[in-house]
Amino acid sequence: MLNLQKLLIVISLLLLLTSTGFAAEHLRLATTTSTENSGLLAELLPPFEMVNDCKVDVIAVGTGKAIKLGETGDVDVIMVHARNKEDMFVNAGYGVDRRDVMYNDFVILGPANDPAGIKGSKSATKALARIAVSNSTFVSRGDDSGTHSREKQLWQKAGITPAGDWYLEAGRGMGEVIVMAGERQGYTMSDRGTYIAYSEKTPLKVVVEGDEGLFNPYGVIIVNPSRHKHVNFELAKKFLDYLTSHQAKELITGFRKNGKQLFYVTE
Amino acid sequence: MGYLGDSLLTAFELILNFDRDVRMTAWVSLYTSSCAIVIAALLGVPIGLWLGLNRFRGRQLLLALLNTLMALPTVVVGLLLFGLLSRQGPLGPLGLLFTPLAMIIGQTVLATPIVANLVLAAVTGADQRIIDTALTLGASRLQAAIQLLREIRFGVMAAVIAGFGRVIAEVGVAMMLGGNIRNSTRTMTTAIALETSKGEFAFGLALGILLLSIALLVNLFLNVLQQR
Repeated sequence: MLNLQKLLIVISLLLLLTSTGFAAEHLRLATTTSTENSGLLAELLPPFEMVNDCKVDVIAVGTGKAIKLGETGDVDVIMVHARNKEDMFVNAGYGVDRRDVMYNDFVILGPANDPAGIKGSKSATKALARIAVSNSTFVSRGDDSGTHSREKQLWQKAGITPAGDWYLEAGRGMGEVIVMAGERQGYTMSDRGTYIAYSEKTPLKVVVEGDEGLFNPYGVIIVNPSRHKHVNFELAKKFLDYLTSHQAKELITGFRKNGKQLFYVTE
Repeated sequence: MGYLGDSLLTAFELILNFDRDVRMTAWVSLYTSSCAIVIAALLGVPIGLWLGLNRFRGRQLLLALLNTLMALPTVVVGLLLFGLLSRQGPLGPLGLLFTPLAMIIGQTVLATPIVANLVLAAVTGADQRIIDTALTLGASRLQAAIQLLREIRFGVMAAVIAGFGRVIAEVGVAMMLGGNIRNSTRTMTTAIALETSKGEFAFGLALGILLLSIALLVNLFLNVLQQR
């Protein structure tokens, strides 16, 4: 009989649900797509999980969303890259114990024919100004991510409000934006890690790099346990200690993608 | 040919090696979708039966509503439930957000209207005399309804298969409520979205092929079940 079979399926599935759900202690980490997609966390987390017999649940979203998840208490720890937003998060009482973990850098990518003529420029703001003046296509993340807020800061510093046919707000992740900029033969700003992952799939080349304004530090913050009682503060604290430990630093600086170092530790 | 050929090769490699991550995502997909469709069937079949057998004021409105629910965008369901399940939402204290259970809830919401609607269609298309005959033979209303259900079991199975197809293929609910957590809430579809955003197109396509194969196997299994 059909109904009896269904009932048996339900019961066995519910049994499975209860048996797999509560294996070990869980720590919820909201972080940016750059750390997860590069594969860094897959190397960094297992030693910590082993020693503490826990599991770190990684929710990879943009910096803006990660901070929101911290504010609502849906995660225990956030690891993001947008210093001014991080400070606001801590000052408003949403987070405690902010620490520097590591940094990487942004690069400005452009098509090989370089219509704005900015290749090799040492100043990110001057390069952006040239892109705007020459009406060259620029694809922006437009998604409130850490990369997006840095890009907006740089436009502001350059004294330009980007708008017009040449300025495309994609509202998508870094990889999609690189693809889009490549298809449209435009410029974009990317973190170096995502660019390296895409370097073989995109016609875009690095045109500007090494400016201090492109420096990209990652901070890690515990969600304030006095605001959200369910936050696993003890484990979160251990996690921060681990991330800033000698062992983690070696893993971070030793991490390679396509033979290139992506992240540098904060001394 | 290079791109598609590579993808096919990667797909076969993945399937043959059955690597742990792929195994987990396939399992999470199957498991959440199966749970969701079982619950959706338990809810949707009685709703469809009831709507098909009864005539009352406001029925037309209910039918229109049910039809509209069939078109529910997955991200809207994700958004509504996100608000409910988040720590700041009314169900926040349960801590369900970013767990497989949250995905099951969302997918149940997606599948129930489909199951209910298709069961309703099957009831409408069935020979209504079955009910009358059963009643004159002394069956209770419930027994008569069960008799009808037996008669339209192919339609019911089609409803369940359609609902299953919708939930195993959707990405909005799984992404928003599950959070794409590796080895926990990463499904085939969210993994494909992730691999695409990483630029691993071949790997993404390989997962897509695997997803289709799994859907095919499940449907073959349901077909066998139906033949019996």
